[in-house]
Amino acid sequence: MKFGVVVFPGSNCDADCYHVIKDVLEQPVDYIWHREKEIKGYDALILPGGFSYGDYLRTGAIARFSPVMPAVMEFADQGGLIIGICNGFQILLEAGLLPGAMLRNRSLTFICKPVWLKVQNEATPFTNQLQKGEVLQIPIAHGEGNYFCDPSTLQSLKDNNQILFTYCGPNGEEDDIHNPNGSMANIAGIRNCKGNVLGMMPHPERCSEEVLGGTDGFKIFASMLKWCQEVRL
Amino acid sequence: MKATIYVTLKQGVLDPQGEAVKNSLHVLGYQEVNEVRVGKYVEIWLEGKNRAEAQKELEEMSDKLLANPVIEDFRVEITEG
Repeated sequence: MKFGVVVFPGSNCDADCYHVIKDVLEQPVDYIWHREKEIKGYDALILPGGFSYGDYLRTGAIARFSPVMPAVMEFADQGGLIIGICNGFQILLEAGLLPGAMLRNRSLTFICKPVWLKVQNEATPFTNQLQKGEVLQIPIAHGEGNYFCDPSTLQSLKDNNQILFTYCGPNGEEDDIHNPNGSMANIAGIRNCKGNVLGMMPHPERCSEEVLGGTDGFKIFASMLKWCQEVRL
Repeated sequence: MKATIYVTLKQGVLDPQGEAVKNSLHVLGYQEVNEVRVGKYVEIWLEGKNRAEAQKELEEMSDKLLANPVIEDFRVEITEG
C-alpha cells in the first residue's frame, strides 16, 4: 500500500507521518510537495498537521488553493483514502471535502495534551481495527479545533454515521468537561459521505509507538492498511 | 480603486474571541457592554475594472477566499474610484 504525505509550506507533522508509515507500518511512502500537480500511484494520502501558510486568513484557507489541491480533490473523487490530521483536517474543511468549519478553541488557548476519544463507527477504512465504543488516548495540539456546522449538517453527519471520533473521558464519558475545545457534539473526527476521506484533530502519528507512550494512533494507520489489502484490492 | 471588505462571524456562531474581549472590557469597568463580535477588515486596491465589475469580482473573491461562508458573512464597500 503506497502512501503520500502532502507537504505544504508550514506543515510540521509531515516527517512524523512519513516515519510512522515507513518504519512502523512498514509501507512505501513519498512526500508530495504542494506544487505537484499530479498524484499518481498512491493508495492513500495524508494531509499532515502544522501551520500551512502561517494560518493566515483562516487555518487551511490558503493551502486549500495550493497547486496540488485539484489533484487531491480528484483523488478523493476517485475513492482514494485521505486522512487529514489537525491542520490537514482544517484544509479538508476549507476545500469542502468535509462539511463544517473550525472556530477558535473556546478557551482561546492553544491546547497540547493527550485526550480521550470514543470510537463511534468501526465499520470504516480508518477504524476497522477498532471496536465501536472503544476509548483511545491520542494527543491534540491546536488553537482552532472547535468544530462547527449548522444543525442540518450535524443531523446528516449523525444520520450517515459520519462522526468517527468524539472527545470523551477516560471511561468514555461524552460530556462537556471532556470536550477540550468546544466542538459541537464533542466531534473530534468525521468522514465524508462516501467514506473515503477522514478529518481528525487529534494526532495518531504522535502515538503509534510504545516509546512515545502509546500506540492507539497506530490502529488508525493499521486499519487503512487492512482495508486496502482486504477490501479494496 | 480601493475596496474595503468586512468579514464577520455569522449570527449564531459563537465568537470565543469576542467573549474574551467582552469580559476584559467588563474588568476595565465598561459594564454597559453587552456583546462583542470580532471580525476582519480587508483592504484591497485594484485597477482596470469599472465599479460594477469590481463589485462582482470582489464578492467572488470574498466568497471563495476572504470569508468562509460556513461561519462568516462579508460586506464589500468600494470606497474610492
